[in-house]
Formats: sequence, structure tokens, C-alpha cells
Amino acid sequence: MSVRRIIPCLDVKDGRVVKGVQFVELRDAGDPVEQAAAYDAAGADELCFLDITASHERRDTMYDVIARTAEQVFMPLTVGGGVRSVDDVRRLLLAGADKVAINTSAVEDPSLITQAAGRFGSQAIVVAVDARHTRVGADVGWEVYIHGGRTATGLDAVGWAARVAKAGAGELLVTSMDRDGTRAGYDLGLTRAIADRVDIPVIASGGVGTLEHLREGLVDGHADAVLAASIFHFGTFSIRDAKIYLQEMGVPVRPPPGMP
Amino acid sequence: MIAIVDAGLGNLRSVAKALEATGTLQPVRVTSDPQVVRDADRVVVPGQGAFGDCASALGPEAPLGRAISDGIQGGKPYLGICLGLQVLFESSEESPGHPGLGIYRGHVRRLPSGTRDENDRRIKVPHIGWSRVAVRGTHPVLDVPTADNWFYFVHSFHAQPADESLIAAVSAFGSLPVTAAVARDNVVAVQYHPEKSQAAGLELLRQFVAWRC
Repeated sequence: MSVRRIIPCLDVKDGRVVKGVQFVELRDAGDPVEQAAAYDAAGADELCFLDITASHERRDTMYDVIARTAEQVFMPLTVGGGVRSVDDVRRLLLAGADKVAINTSAVEDPSLITQAAGRFGSQAIVVAVDARHTRVGADVGWEVYIHGGRTATGLDAVGWAARVAKAGAGELLVTSMDRDGTRAGYDLGLTRAIADRVDIPVIASGGVGTLEHLREGLVDGHADAVLAASIFHFGTFSIRDAKIYLQEMGVPVRPPPGMP
Repeated sequence: MIAIVDAGLGNLRSVAKALEATGTLQPVRVTSDPQVVRDADRVVVPGQGAFGDCASALGPEAPLGRAISDGIQGGKPYLGICLGLQVLFESSEESPGHPGLGIYRGHVRRLPSGTRDENDRRIKVPHIGWSRVAVRGTHPVLDVPTADNWFYFVHSFHAQPADESLIAAVSAFGSLPVTAAVARDNVVAVQYHPEKSQAAGLELLRQFVAWRC
């Protein structure tokens, strides 16, 4: 069976990395292709680009970034942000993405998941679930948010996850909005509730500050993969550090390059 | 010339770029033209997506399918990736009623869902991620240095050949052994994605482009 995956994520705006790695050997810290190549060399298991370009007109820059990345980097690539239609999915896949993450549009029109999965296969369709902790009476749960976390939907995150899995999603990217940016660790309750409910793989996201948080997400959160941004960006830890730590803690991972 | 068969699905660009990155001097052409497939020295059939769509484009009745079958029968080196492995068999549970090329007897089955591992965790389908691949015996294309023998898988179905001696490599899905590669004579086909498997994948492709079978 596959081992757990470590997925660094780069935020890309107008074709430039805005929150990225600070590898000293990079000539240009803002070039997503160069950063992707650095993560590839470091033995990342996959790579995620999140397009946070605000204006629709400038989105074409992302296709160029993906195409240039796919020419040099031979690892799985997920792209998310602003995906609105089956045609958007098709263009991203043709440019060289392997998986496309859909969030707001999936809530607005869940049939988009089924259409895209039917055309390109479930394995190409990731549904991103942004969720926030909520309490209704005695019931504790998580609510789905869209539009980059600005709009509450009233949807229960666990129920929504089960629904999109049934609709044809191949994977879920579950982000805790409460934890995002806090470095306090993943919301393990959220991650585990969803991972235990669905048969498709779950990627945990939001809140990583230490290597131990990665282990918690994979072991206690039951996630199949962990996504992290800032711990790698600021050079606090390398992919290699993460792999070695997890190996030592008995979590099955692919060893870093040059290690047995 | 190396023909990459375009059946209208999948991420062909990555396969083409990865083959070029091997440094081969053979031109790499993405094509849906049966004549180009007939003229090619080597044929690569990649593919993600649905078996039915693949079988419609490449099945035994389609001109492209016949060009591929003739090449295989004629001894031309063939590399199948993912659906390019599955389509060699007779049928798939994914798309009943769409026959595959039927080069080999056997069927493509869905990975079981709802199973659990020894820690009582759900084993997820699609099977997505990196697995070690165990090659049975030796193979000039499939063998890569042991430390690098990790490949990236993305699939919900796996081939079950009637003739088990076709199975050239296996990996594990929970306690279930899955067909990671099949090989016979001039045919080699892998369930995993060498074009997405970093150094190990490029090494496999390098061995394919140099293969004298």
C-alpha cells in the first residue's frame, strides 16, 4: 500500500510565488518553476499550486506556470484556485496539472464534480473543503466556507465531504480555517471525522508549525497526506527533515533522496 | 521515432516531456494517426480517465487499436502506462461492454473499497501515492536501482491476467497484491506513472527508449 505523502504548497499570484520557499540557492525566490524544481530535488511527494490571482484576466499566467513546471518537474502536480467550469479543469490538465482542486464552484454547483470526474476520471478531481468549527446547541461540528473563507454556506463539513465523495471526487483537501496560519497544528477532530467517513484519500491542511504536527495529522487525524506551506517556506524545516522525523516515529513515508 | 498515442485523454504532455528528458535522440510525437503509430519504432500508450473512452479509441475495431495490435504482434517495443496497461486485456469492470485490445486474456477489476488495514484505518480508493514495486525476476526496462524503486500510483482498477506469468511486478493494496507491471517479449506495461515518479521514473523511461527486445 502507498505510504503517507508530504505535499508542499505554493501560493501563486499573477504568475509569481507570494508565499514560497526561501531556499538560499534560488536565483529568483519568486519564480514558481524554480521553487517547484527545488521541492522536486528535495523529494517532495507531490506539489500543490494555489492560484490566488485576484483578477480573472491575469489567470492565463497560471497556465504558463503549469506548462513550464511540467516541462522540468516529473512529479504529481495539483492546482487549485478560481476553477469555475469543466473547461477550466480541462485547460489546467492540458497545461500539465495532474489534479485540479475545486472549492467554491463545487458548492455552488455540485454537478460540476460529477461532470468533471466523468470526463477526466475521479483521480483528477480534488474537492477542497475549507471548514470552521461551529456549535449548534450541544452539537459540535464544522461548517463549510467558500469564497476564500468569506462566505459561510450552512453546510456541515463531514456531510458535505461524504456527498462530494459520492459525486465523484477522487480526493479531499481539508483545510481548517481556525488553524490556518496559527502554527498550532491541524484540527485533528475535523480531519479525522472526514477521513473516517469517506473512502477517498484525505489531505490535511491548515496549522502546521512543527514536524510533530505532520505526524499528528497522519496518525491521529487519519489523513493520507499532509499539506504544509509555511514550515517549508521559511526554511524552518526541509522535506528531508520531515521525512526523517516521520520515519523515526514509525510513520510509513517514502525516504528522501539518497536514503534507504 | 517514438509515438505517444493520443486517445483523447490524460496528461500526454508530461509523458512527452519525460521521454524527451531521457535525452533520447529519437523524435517524440504525440499522435492519434494510425499511420504514425505504424511508422513508429516504439509505441507508448499512456492514459488516465475512463477505460470505456480509452477502449473506444483503442479497441480492437478502431483503426488506432489495430495499428497498436499490429505493432505488438510485429515485435515493436510497447510501453503501456496505467490505462495503457489495462487496455491490453479483454474487459474492465469500469466500462462493461467496451472490449479492450484483448492482446492478453484477463480482466480489469475494481480495487475493493471499504477494507481496513491492520490499524483499522480505511484503505482508500482511488489508490493514490507512492509504493515500492517488487519486480519478479529481472527485466531490462522495469529494474531500477533498489533504493529508487518507488513509483507513483493513481488508480481505482487493476488488471488480473489469466496467465499469471505475465505479471512482471507487484505492489500491495492493503493485503491484496496488485499487478504493478506486465511484460512479455516486446511488451512492457506499468500501472504506475513513471512520468510522475521523479528520478526512478526517468530511469525506467531511459531504459525503455534504449530497449532492444
